[in-house]
Amino acid sequence: MKINSVKIISLLFFVLSAFYLYTAHQIQVFAFDEGAPFNAKTFPIYLGYAGMFFSGLKIVLPDTKPIEVDPTYLEFKKTILLVLTMIVYGATILKVGFFLSTSLFLVFSYYFLGERRWKYIIIFSFPFVAIFMYLLHGVLAVYLRDPLLKYIGIMG
Amino acid sequence: MIEGILIGLQTALSFQNLMMVMIGCFAGTIIGMLPGLGPMTAIALMIPITYGFDPATGLILMAGVYYGAVFGGSTSSILINAPGVPGTVATSFDGYPMAQQGKAGKALAIAAYSSFAGGTISAIFLLIAAPSLSKVSLSFRSPDYFGLMILGLTAVAAFSSKGNFLKAMMMCVLGLMLASIGQDTLSDIPRFTFNTMNLSDGISFVLVVMATFAMSEALTIIIKGNDPSKAAKQISLTDLGSIKVSKEETKQMAVTIPRSSILGFIVGVLPGAGATIASFLAYGMERNFVKSEEKEKFGKGSVQGLSAPETANNAACSGSFVPLLTLGIPGSGTTAVMLGALLGFGIQPGPRLYETNPEIFWSVIMSMYIGMVVLLILNLPLIPYIARILAVPRTFLIPMILFFSVTGIYLMSFNNFDIFLMIGIAVVATILRLYDFPMPPLILAFVLGGLMEENLRRSLLISDGSWSFLWDRPLTVVIMMVIILIITWQFYSSFIRKKV
Repeated sequence: MKINSVKIISLLFFVLSAFYLYTAHQIQVFAFDEGAPFNAKTFPIYLGYAGMFFSGLKIVLPDTKPIEVDPTYLEFKKTILLVLTMIVYGATILKVGFFLSTSLFLVFSYYFLGERRWKYIIIFSFPFVAIFMYLLHGVLAVYLRDPLLKYIGIMG
Repeated sequence: MIEGILIGLQTALSFQNLMMVMIGCFAGTIIGMLPGLGPMTAIALMIPITYGFDPATGLILMAGVYYGAVFGGSTSSILINAPGVPGTVATSFDGYPMAQQGKAGKALAIAAYSSFAGGTISAIFLLIAAPSLSKVSLSFRSPDYFGLMILGLTAVAAFSSKGNFLKAMMMCVLGLMLASIGQDTLSDIPRFTFNTMNLSDGISFVLVVMATFAMSEALTIIIKGNDPSKAAKQISLTDLGSIKVSKEETKQMAVTIPRSSILGFIVGVLPGAGATIASFLAYGMERNFVKSEEKEKFGKGSVQGLSAPETANNAACSGSFVPLLTLGIPGSGTTAVMLGALLGFGIQPGPRLYETNPEIFWSVIMSMYIGMVVLLILNLPLIPYIARILAVPRTFLIPMILFFSVTGIYLMSFNNFDIFLMIGIAVVATILRLYDFPMPPLILAFVLGGLMEENLRRSLLISDGSWSFLWDRPLTVVIMMVIILIITWQFYSSFIRKKV
C-alpha cells in the first residue's frame, strides 16, 4: 500500500469518525428513551460507523485515481495571509464596526494579492463599502452594527 | 392546472418579481461567468438577500440566478475556454474553436438560443410532470423517503466526480455529521455542542454553503495560482463579431434542440445526474445522429456540437426541480442549496406544497419560463459588455467574494464565532478540494440530514426497531435495489474492471 496525501486525509477522517462515534455514545438521553428503538444518539452512532467504514475502505483499497499536488505550485504565503486577514476581520467587525474593518480588510486583501494600483485600491474599498452600507442600511433597512460611525454621529 | 398556471403567472409577473427575475439572471450571468464560480456559489451569495423577501420572491430570485449562472458559465467556456461550471465543459468543445475562428458573437448567440429553447421545452415538461408526480408521491411513506434520500446521496456521490465514489461517500457522511450538531429536533437534547451555546442551534446552512463554495472556491483559486485574466487575453473581449445566425445554422439547431431537450430533462430528473451528465450525453448523442461530414466538424466549431450540450444543460436545470418540488428531495447540489433556503423560509417542499402553497409552486415554474425570456432579450445584446467582466483581475475579484461571504454570515448572526467557524470550514474544504474531494455531496447530505433522521426515526418506530421496513413495501425494495446496483457498479468499474 502506497502512502499518499489522500490516504493521510482518509486516516484523519477515520480518526474523526471514531471520535464522533465515541462522542455519540456519550450523548445523554432521557431514561425512558434509553431502550427505545430510536433516540437522540441512534443516528449519530450509525454515522460514526459509516464514516469509519468508508474512510477505512479508502485507506485499504488501492487508489484508482491517484492525485498528488505539487506543493511548489501552491501559493501558500498569499493564502495564509488572506486567511489571517479574514480572521482579523472577523475579530474586529463587531468592535470596530462594519465600515472601517471591511474597508481595511479589502485594502489589505487587494495588497496581499499583489495589487499595487492605489487609486483602484482606494476606490474599491472605502467608497465601495460606504455605498454598500447605504444600500443595505439606508435602502433595504438591514441593520448594520457600527459603533464607530454611531460615535461620530453618521449612523443613528 | 390552468388555475394554478394563472396564479403562478400573476405572482411571477408582479413588478417586484419581474425585477427579481431580471436582477437574478443578470447577477447569475456575471457570477457564473467567472471561472471557478458556479450556480451554487451564485445562489449561496444570494441567500442572505432573499431572506428579506417573501418566499415566492426569494425563490424566483434564486431561480433567475440559477439560469443566469448556467448561461454565464457557457460564456466563459466559449470566450476563454474556462468553463465556469462543469455543466458547460461540453460547450467549450465547439464553442471555443468557433470563437477562435472569429465567430465568438455567433457562438454566444447559438448558445443563448439553444439555452432558451431547451429551457422553454423543459419548462413545459415540468408543468405537466410536476403536478402528476406530486399526486403520485402522496402515497410515499417514511421508509420510501428514507430510501429515496439514500438514493439521492449515493447517486450524487456516484456521478459528481468519476472514480471518486469513496471520497464522495466520505463527504456525504461529513455533511450528515455537520447536520447532526445542535439540539435533537424531537427531544431537544444537545448533541456535539461541547457545552458551547454557539452550537446549540446547530450550524447554519448558509454558513456551510458559503464556506464550502464561495469562500473555499476563492481560496482554491488563490492557492492554485490560476489567473483567469491571463487566459482572457487569448480572444478579444471587445470585438466578438456578429451575433446573427444564418438560415442553414437555424435549420441545424431546429433538428438538435428537441432531442437534446428531452434527453436533458430526463437526465435532470434523475437524482445526482444533473446538467454535467446531460450536456456530455447530449454531445455524444448528437455526434452519433449527424451525417458523417458534420461529424468531422465536431470539436472544430460545429453548430450542432455547440447547440446540443447547451440545450441539454438548461433542460436538465428544469428537470432537477421535479424531485425538489414534488418529493422535497433535491437531486443535485444546486437544488439542495435551494431546498435549504426554502426550509429557511419555513416551507417544506414536497407533495403537499402543491396544495398548501400553490402560489410558490406555480410561480417558481412560471418564473423559470420568464427567466428564459429575460436571459434571451436582456443578456444577448449585453454580452459584448458583460464579457469584459472576464478581464477583472483576481486581485479584486477574490477579496470581493470573501467580503460578500463574511458579510452574509455577519448580517445573519452578528456573531464572531460563526465567522471563525466559517473560515475554519472553508480552510478544510480548500484542502479537501485540492485532493479532489467533491463538495456537492457534502451540501446535499447537510441539507438532507435532518429529514433523513426524521424518516429513519419514524420507520424504525413503526417497525419496532426492526430494519425490515427496507423490504416490507415493494416501492422501498425497488429503491434499495437501485442503490445496491449503483454501489456495485461503482466498485466494479473502479476496481474489478480496471484490473481486468
